[in-house]
Amino acid sequence: MTHILQPQSRALSRRSFLVTVGGLGIAVAFGRPPGLAYGADIAPSAQGDFRPNAWVTIAADGTVSIISPAVEMGQGITTTLPLLVAEELDADWNRVRVVQAPSDAETYGNPGFYGIQLTGGSESTRGYNALLRLTGAQTRLVLLAGAAGMLNVPVKELETEPHKVVHPPSGRSLDYGEIAARAVLPDPLPQATEADLKPSDRWRYIGSRTILRIDVPSKINGTAVFGIDVQLPNMLFGAVLRAPVQDERPETIDDAEARDVPGITHIVALPYGVGIIGETVEATKRAKDLLKVTWSTTSRVRNYTSQRLLDEYRAVGRDLSQQGVPAHTNGDAEAAIAGATTVIEVDYMSDHVAHATMEPMNATALVTGDRVEIWAPTQGPTGTQGFAAEIVGTTPDKVKVNTTLLGGGFGRKAEADFIVDAVSLAKAVEGRPVKVIWSREDDVRHDTFRPLEAQHVKVGLDAEGNIVGWRHRIVADSIFARTLPPVFAEAGGHDDVVTEGAKFNYAVPAHQIEYLRQDKGLAIGFWFAVGVGYTRFAIECVIDEIAAARGIDPAALRLELLKDQPRARKVIETVARMAEWDRARDGRGLGLAYSDAFGSHCAQVAEVSLNRDTGQIRVHKVWCAIDAGVAIQPLHIEAMMMTGITNGTGHALFEQINVVNGEVQESNFDTYRVIRMSEAPEIEVAVVPTPGSPFGGIGQAGLPPAGPAIANAVARLTGGLRLRHYPFTPERVKAALEA
Amino acid sequence: MTTFTINGRAVDVAAEPDTPLLWVIREHLKLTGTKFGCGIAQCGACTVHIDGEPTRSCQTFLEDVAGREVTTIEGLSPDASHPLQKAWISEQVPQCGYCQSGQIMQAAALLEHTPAPTREQIIAHMDGNICRCGTYVRIISAIQRAAQEG
Repeated sequence: MTHILQPQSRALSRRSFLVTVGGLGIAVAFGRPPGLAYGADIAPSAQGDFRPNAWVTIAADGTVSIISPAVEMGQGITTTLPLLVAEELDADWNRVRVVQAPSDAETYGNPGFYGIQLTGGSESTRGYNALLRLTGAQTRLVLLAGAAGMLNVPVKELETEPHKVVHPPSGRSLDYGEIAARAVLPDPLPQATEADLKPSDRWRYIGSRTILRIDVPSKINGTAVFGIDVQLPNMLFGAVLRAPVQDERPETIDDAEARDVPGITHIVALPYGVGIIGETVEATKRAKDLLKVTWSTTSRVRNYTSQRLLDEYRAVGRDLSQQGVPAHTNGDAEAAIAGATTVIEVDYMSDHVAHATMEPMNATALVTGDRVEIWAPTQGPTGTQGFAAEIVGTTPDKVKVNTTLLGGGFGRKAEADFIVDAVSLAKAVEGRPVKVIWSREDDVRHDTFRPLEAQHVKVGLDAEGNIVGWRHRIVADSIFARTLPPVFAEAGGHDDVVTEGAKFNYAVPAHQIEYLRQDKGLAIGFWFAVGVGYTRFAIECVIDEIAAARGIDPAALRLELLKDQPRARKVIETVARMAEWDRARDGRGLGLAYSDAFGSHCAQVAEVSLNRDTGQIRVHKVWCAIDAGVAIQPLHIEAMMMTGITNGTGHALFEQINVVNGEVQESNFDTYRVIRMSEAPEIEVAVVPTPGSPFGGIGQAGLPPAGPAIANAVARLTGGLRLRHYPFTPERVKAALEA
Repeated sequence: MTTFTINGRAVDVAAEPDTPLLWVIREHLKLTGTKFGCGIAQCGACTVHIDGEPTRSCQTFLEDVAGREVTTIEGLSPDASHPLQKAWISEQVPQCGYCQSGQIMQAAALLEHTPAPTREQIIAHMDGNICRCGTYVRIISAIQRAAQEG
């Protein structure tokens, strides 16, 4: 089975704006936090509940329920998106509760992201903001129209204050709940246009530093419900023994001892492994250890050894006779470089990294006849309906997906393999739900890693040091070829997400980006910032290499190349000021990097020291300036930058997956090193919005600059030691020092 | 049958004596605030208190807690009023939130013994707890705040 997430609908459905009276049943509880109710459910609407569109329900007591179409994995989106509706609706945020959207891409798909209901790519705010603000404005117009009838006054005499319609001439007012309960509405309902949106000087919530995230209270007292926490009556547990090498199959299964474990009810052969079902989670784990399975030995992934392949990838990048698929072409970069005075030609590389979300892969499924119900921490609730339907032999419309909170996502939970497990096992025990929980070892070994990749960058400078041409060759396997084949084919074999971030806003007269796909069979996937996480590593380090070749300050070089980019200059100038860029530190070096990926401008300065005996890099502090356009929740933007910087430091220094003959060598946090508190830098963030600019993405914007800022700092500290291979392990640093 | 106390309540659990306490808490007793992260005491997501000491429940077995007192995040305070829980909200610490029960339980034990920890003491005490969302900076701030505000 291939796990492909298909775009459901590219067009935004008109249904989003249709009036729906009566409620939809939306199940799944998210815990019982105080204050704002996150989750519970929109029960079938009570009498008098008022649902002016598919997104908002107003109860007679005035409680406004707003759908969050995106899933919560820590990025704060279930606060952000409903807040945009509440802003335009002029609702009192304290009387709003948020409800997770059901699996329904036609209604709740992201209009800016192929219309699919998949949370990722830092696309949620960018894709949904226009629709949701209009939805809020439309709801407000409906309430105004209803109030006009109740008060028997013209609509133009009415205004709104939080949660009420007021009539200044008479001093009368109506709470939104009263209107919802009693209004007679015009037919057709008023529709909103951009002209109905609030001007930014009237925003109450957007930009406020007092808006707290709605999911936080449930996360400090144990009430938050993640996928792994789902409890259903009569529930069984499932575990799956997976083939040690991808695409192998079980050939012989000796389950005699496993079956004898008390509580085990079923052992199920699967195309990719062996499933165990039992009455307790501990029984399934015990039985899994007792299975004796021989596996097929035909998978081509057995040829996959990552360190050897990386050498091959680097050679491909250097061999300019090998043509890539053009990803971006502006002018004739090669010809320009041929006429250059100075040529800088370097290779940058990175190893595979694993997601290792704190919540390991898990899902719960119940199969009843031709119906399937799933409870899962998934980034793509509608994408999973197709897989489940195929397994059970039903149609996607008979598959209901309840999305829980996600204990981390980072792109891993856009995959469907863990849901396939749950549905496959649930099918064997129809009528009883099965919760499948992966071990951490399986979670790491059977991850869809960030691509192994090599980049060859060739830049020409003229006699004055000006860049005349920039050539960037990216050598890696494809993510889209596996996950979105139609998108990959339509792009002529270019993988937009693998080369993401290679296109930049620096002014260069000739710029050529090529993609050289290496089809090696190992499934690779979306990891925090995806391509940008390594393309900006190469670009930002090469910028510093150019500055060093010219003998000029790297911040000054960036400002020169970004002359016409005021937002870029602002973040670079801000971060340089914060870090006191020009002040030398004893034994420590400063490095700078910048990124305009995800629609946000982010500049960072890292302060590092280096133990030359051990090769150990220590990142003491990182300063960050971020312009995400409109800063909806400045406090939360700061938090997201801290996430990006901390993980950006971790992937640059520690994270590394090695595959040998198709077998993943790392398996748990003892062998897969992630950053710990003692290794995390102190962080200072300045949010510097640009009013009137578009909404930018912030989920991933903080990660890409961290690594190159560290590498650039090491180079400046050591007088030119260039680290060009993620991660900068002590062994690699020592080898570079001794070279 | 193994008898012990959890969050002040005596319980009898019919599970194999070598069942990890983590699964007893989560799936037998349905207290799901304590999380499974690694199973080998490397991440701290499963941290609970046993007789007041922070302990990794994934590497503690049911038989080990017979007659002892276990406290989970659900039992840290009756109404999320522990100074750390309040500080966690003030500092908006959690992102995905999955590790935070373990972080709070680990930190609670620190403040019990060291009411005014230095930054270095906080880091030394908390270094076994992984947060994949990288909330370390805010965890430190929240512990400092809780220590100050009590």
